[in-house]
Amino acid sequence: MSAREAILGKVRRALDAGGNAGRLDGVWQRLMEAPAGVIPARAQLAPQARIELFCAMARQAAATVERVAGEEAVPAAVTAYLRSRNLAARVRMGGDRRLKQMPWVDERALQVRHGPSDGSDEASVSHAAAGIAETGTLALFSGKENPTTLNFLPDHHIVVIDAADIGADLEAAMRTIRARYGKGEMPRTVNFITGPSRSGDIEQKLLLGAHGPRALHIIVVDG
Amino acid sequence: MQVTSPQFRQNAHDALADAQLQKAMGHVRSGFIDKRRTAVEALPEFDALRDSARAIKDHTLANLDLYLTAYEEKVTAAGGTVHWAETAAEARGIVLDICRMHNAGTVTKGKSMITEEIELNDFLEASGIRAVETDLGEYIIQLRGEHPSHIIAPAVHLNREQVEADFRRVHADLPQERDLSDPASLLGEARRVLRRKYFEADVGITGANFLVAETGSSIIVTNEGNGDLTQILPRVHIVIASIEKVVPTLEDAAQILRVLARSATGQEMSVYTTVSTGPRRPGDPDGPDEYHVILLDNGRSAMLGTEFQDMLRCIRCGACMNHCPVYHAVGGHAYGWVYPGPMGAVLTPSLVGIDKAGHLPNASTFCGRCESVCPMRIPLPKMMRHWREREWERGLNPAVVRSGLKFWAWFARRPALYHLATWLAFPLLAAAGGRKRRFRFLPLARGWVRYRDMPAPQGRTFMQQWRDRDTLKQAGPT
Amino acid sequence: MSEAPSPAPSVGLFVTCLVDLFRPSVGFAAVKLLEDAGCTVDAPMAQTCCGQPAYNSGDRQDARAIAEQTIAAFESFDYVVAPSGSCAGMLKKHYPPLFRGDAAWEARAGAFSEKVFELTGFLVDILGVRSVPAAAARSATYHDSCSGLRELGIRQQPRVLLSSVEGLRLTEMAEADVCCGFGGTFCVKYSEISNAIVEKKTANIAASGADMLLAGDLGCLMNMAGKLKRQGSGTEVRHVAEVLAGMTDSPPIGGR
Repeated sequence: MSAREAILGKVRRALDAGGNAGRLDGVWQRLMEAPAGVIPARAQLAPQARIELFCAMARQAAATVERVAGEEAVPAAVTAYLRSRNLAARVRMGGDRRLKQMPWVDERALQVRHGPSDGSDEASVSHAAAGIAETGTLALFSGKENPTTLNFLPDHHIVVIDAADIGADLEAAMRTIRARYGKGEMPRTVNFITGPSRSGDIEQKLLLGAHGPRALHIIVVDG
Repeated sequence: MQVTSPQFRQNAHDALADAQLQKAMGHVRSGFIDKRRTAVEALPEFDALRDSARAIKDHTLANLDLYLTAYEEKVTAAGGTVHWAETAAEARGIVLDICRMHNAGTVTKGKSMITEEIELNDFLEASGIRAVETDLGEYIIQLRGEHPSHIIAPAVHLNREQVEADFRRVHADLPQERDLSDPASLLGEARRVLRRKYFEADVGITGANFLVAETGSSIIVTNEGNGDLTQILPRVHIVIASIEKVVPTLEDAAQILRVLARSATGQEMSVYTTVSTGPRRPGDPDGPDEYHVILLDNGRSAMLGTEFQDMLRCIRCGACMNHCPVYHAVGGHAYGWVYPGPMGAVLTPSLVGIDKAGHLPNASTFCGRCESVCPMRIPLPKMMRHWREREWERGLNPAVVRSGLKFWAWFARRPALYHLATWLAFPLLAAAGGRKRRFRFLPLARGWVRYRDMPAPQGRTFMQQWRDRDTLKQAGPT
Repeated sequence: MSEAPSPAPSVGLFVTCLVDLFRPSVGFAAVKLLEDAGCTVDAPMAQTCCGQPAYNSGDRQDARAIAEQTIAAFESFDYVVAPSGSCAGMLKKHYPPLFRGDAAWEARAGAFSEKVFELTGFLVDILGVRSVPAAAARSATYHDSCSGLRELGIRQQPRVLLSSVEGLRLTEMAEADVCCGFGGTFCVKYSEISNAIVEKKTANIAASGADMLLAGDLGCLMNMAGKLKRQGSGTEVRHVAEVLAGMTDSPPIGGR
């Protein structure tokens, strides 16, 4: 008997699970319907208030947040951020279509490289698929547009998000995943990111930049 | 990991005498408790979420076989491989096979209590494979050859000086005169050292906070991002999780996630909540080539359908131990195995046997604080009491305790004799207490009087006086 | 289901073994409080112990036997009141599950459980008492015993009554709701750990600056008083019932 059969057999006997029929229906139903449960009222707000909540919660998690009027303002915002942190004018980014169509050429001093990070990048730029106002969280999906290494290896992670993509809660983000990939399907990695990397493991003192980025900068694009 | 739970008393004694540990435990008492309270107060729906989380887990456990097979199907469809392991040894063997197949020399590890439970690191090292812990707390204790003393803050028992000493000892190739005088410099050094390891690793091993049946995903939750670098850089990602980690849907995971971080560290959400499904897809610029999930039983199926089933709802948040007066007093190592505090007191006997772990469910005042903060509403004191019942049935208590309790119960069941005996004894005891009204020394109560005086009885017992009052009333006015 | 108490509710006083044997004045204070509030009170002879020592040691058999005895002795009263959160909790919450599977006893235990209350909870929540005529020009701090707090929700009730005691200044200590380390047999089985816990408690008591320590459970009180006296502390320790009933003539717990 395989370990699989042994374990499932023990589980079934322990549950005294004689007939499957009734149980199977209940399980199938839950998997198909995915009921939502208790949804906090906090983020059930009108769009503007939701965006403001997102910014406030992200700041509470030690991210920095700025809002720009349109996507054409993003490259300049990135350059300004790098300068304010005394970083080299160099970023790595993925192939996200929305990032691609921004006027990076206008930032003549800024060197833009594409693809996954090998660990030598100080700063990266990603585009989030969704935002979660309840906790100030960004949702990033892996893929050509957004190499996952960009989320973790560089010291500074800059994430662009469309204000219209900021939903209320995790459940809204999950609906976004289903809409894009299909029911029950996922990209290889979904990263829900709330603030920069940190650790409290030494004397319970909270420090940023444990293994992931020490700084997370969010650019919210209105309009 | 050797089980030293039978030596709990001695472990506790050593812990109480350890000034450095006592100082560290003070941080636990204030830090975690206040942070959790603040987070809970900021979310009015918290208690309702606890009920929802409990219901989800109970439903899942009642259908565990069905959810496990549904999960397995989705993992396979996404290009991953599911392995099943009944025992710790089987799980270790599967990990080794996968590592050997890929000629792995170095393995990085995200923080995983399951891998402590199955003693994976020692096994890999013995097989010639370097296993590097990447969670900062786990890394520090790995350097010291210690085991975690808390399920989410493994190095909580250490101070900065100890960490500096270990770094200087182990990172011998770094300049001697470098400054390591504050936690930030220590963190910076760990970051640099471990960054190299992430790239050197052939295989990355993580646990899983959740396994999602709807999508065949594993979810890990970290603040450092170490679990992510562990799984996206190497060619192979292995997830090891015990079978009760399954939840039905992404929504179900979201419900429980809402109570997890708040209960553990008081954060709204951990910094990195990562949902991983299968290996990299065609066209993905990064990610592992292979994704393996090892589903481990190791005693869980034996808890189903018993009075200990509720313990399978545990999401390893650590809130119980953060609030436990016994844990505060003796720290995690005193419990003698992988899982300390109240959840350890219930789980350890299930996994290593009540004969070895008997002290753990007994060393509790049943104050109930653990249950009051458990996000999954696990009735921890009740299950500790069930362990005590098992011990009583099997006669595992020390003879003097058993006979003392039987003696007391014998009298308590016979009120007339009880009153007769106490009406005789207690006025005598009161007199012996003298003017001070207390005893500094009392035979049969040595455990008490070693540390405390014993207040003396007042004299005649209440029932004695009440009976006289009754008698007087009935006699009527004279 | 719950209705206003009848004109003279009959209360069976479950005096508790510790009060019966060590400090009867607490029992008489409870009687006074209940009679002042309009109850008739009796303490049936067929009571000894709630059975916690057996129950918490895993001896369900003796616990059940004691439970049957207690239920039979008290079920004829309108209410069953105990000056102890842990004993009231035992009777109210833990007796019924002891009879699972025995329909007749389950029903009796369930009906019995509905009548059981801790003293201050009974006075405030059931009888609606909000003040007592006692006076005590002292400062006091109150320790929340674990079972009363977490099993029965006793927290505000003793404080409401204490705030009506003329001249009494109530100062809260830090961590008032944290265990004192008594835990029944725990304090003798794991005495070293119990001592570490009670030392934190006495430090908090001293830091509160109060000259009196009060609580609703004699086990906790004896544990804390014993430690305070061993430490040479002058803090006066009493059961909350004694202060509420204005019966503070007898020496405090553990003497002065």
